[in-house]
Amino acid sequence: MDTGFDPLTIRADFPVLAREVNGRPLVYLDNAASSQKPQVVLEAVAAFYRHHYAAVRRGVYTLSEEATAAYEEARDKVAAFINAPDRRSIVFTRNTTEAINLVAHTWGRANVGPGDRILVTEMEHHSNLLPWMLLCQEVGAELVYLPITDGGRLELPQLERLLDGPVRLVAVTHVSNVLGTVNPVQAIVAQAHAAGALVLVDAAQSVPHMPVDVGVLGCDFMAFSGHKMCGPTGCGVLYGRVELLEHMPPFLVGGGMIERVGFTGVSWASLPEKFEAGTPAIAEAVGLGAAVDYLERVGMEAIHAHEKALTAYAMESLAALPGVRLIGPPAEERSGVIAFTVASIHPHDLAYALDRQGIAIRAGLHCAQPLHERLGLAATARVSFYLYNTREEVERLVSAVWNAQRWLAG
Amino acid sequence: MEVLYCEHILDHYRYPRNEGVLEDADISHQRDNPLCGDMIRLDIRLKDGVVEEARFSGRGCVLSIAAASMLTEEIVGRSVAELEAYQDEDIFRLLGITLGPVRARCALLPLQVLKEGLSQLAR
Repeated sequence: MDTGFDPLTIRADFPVLAREVNGRPLVYLDNAASSQKPQVVLEAVAAFYRHHYAAVRRGVYTLSEEATAAYEEARDKVAAFINAPDRRSIVFTRNTTEAINLVAHTWGRANVGPGDRILVTEMEHHSNLLPWMLLCQEVGAELVYLPITDGGRLELPQLERLLDGPVRLVAVTHVSNVLGTVNPVQAIVAQAHAAGALVLVDAAQSVPHMPVDVGVLGCDFMAFSGHKMCGPTGCGVLYGRVELLEHMPPFLVGGGMIERVGFTGVSWASLPEKFEAGTPAIAEAVGLGAAVDYLERVGMEAIHAHEKALTAYAMESLAALPGVRLIGPPAEERSGVIAFTVASIHPHDLAYALDRQGIAIRAGLHCAQPLHERLGLAATARVSFYLYNTREEVERLVSAVWNAQRWLAG
Repeated sequence: MEVLYCEHILDHYRYPRNEGVLEDADISHQRDNPLCGDMIRLDIRLKDGVVEEARFSGRGCVLSIAAASMLTEEIVGRSVAELEAYQDEDIFRLLGITLGPVRARCALLPLQVLKEGLSQLAR
């Protein structure tokens, strides 16, 4: 590739990648769950605590002014990263899960009533399923599923029929955390809007890995997590169109999110403070800002191309092993996530056997139990790539799976 | 070749003891491991308050299957009071290994099934 993208240079930015696990150099392949952190992010958090830390927004002293400026600068960076037109459309949450719960609790309870419908897909992570399931149960609405094919794609021809009715919201994942399928969100949004429904996009697996532009997607809400994109834990993002956020009631109430409180009444603070009650994860937001800077320096197009190439290589190599079954669509239709099974080896045993060889992968249901049920799978093993993974690591993965087959075969 | 599990664990996994169900069980209970969708069922027949026969069925990883197999051997001839006294450590003793918190949940699934089954017997 001619992008100047070199995973070996990038690896040097991530201190943990230098360590060994069980006597072997660590191969970290659980990036869909969480990513490792580059030195610049660790340093940004430490430097913020060392030099600028104080509570934000309320203090009139120098430290608090500096902390507030750093916190709000992180918001600007995130807004620019996803091309949000207005900084007020960026609400810091704990993570994707909290962002989606926020929308379900506030917009949902104000706008979804008996007989209304929420449309989700069969490939959703529990965090983009359970908030809607609970909302529907509470208000007497109906949860409707857009099916998937056996090959792990959305049944898009059924979308029009399913949108014909009182559908208030379509909640869809941009990239499946199990199948890796990249869904055509832009087309789904256009169809949903034409039918009068809003769209929330779970972008937990897309924003860290590819260029994402909320203007192009046209979605009404989008949620993602900082910790999956080189940022610290504890700081995620809800993007919402400002007109929608302005009319939504608050989520958590308390300090920092009011304009005025009297003995009998309250007026809420303006956006985005209205949705950030209590002292937020300030240093974590600053760290997320540093992560955004880092990813932009590397280049999201280059990261995406690198992961796609690794995924194609890994799928081809894994498929060549006897007994390996890959779940989901072909490489060209997916992001850097591969779920698979190995005949007569339980995914937990496989993950354990790989860990003995220094390789970290995920095994289980990946918080997507209905999807596994739909595909008739008890559990799967999953590898997921990021910018610092290499072809050599894919080769170590493949020979480690081969070893596991020899060690565990009955 | 690297040793992943002790040979006796693999032996119980490959050749499980007491696999199956009992039609006339006094205790019959099953449970899922929400982490991975595994399921273990235990069927136990009692005679005069003592385990006469025990069977297990289900699906799982090496640890949960081996632990279930060992447990069904271990509890035959034991009284209900003895069953109630079983602790997590007894499973680790049977397996002969110590485990981290995540994998311990796999190994302890059969014991959890036994405990829940016993509490239903009490009711």
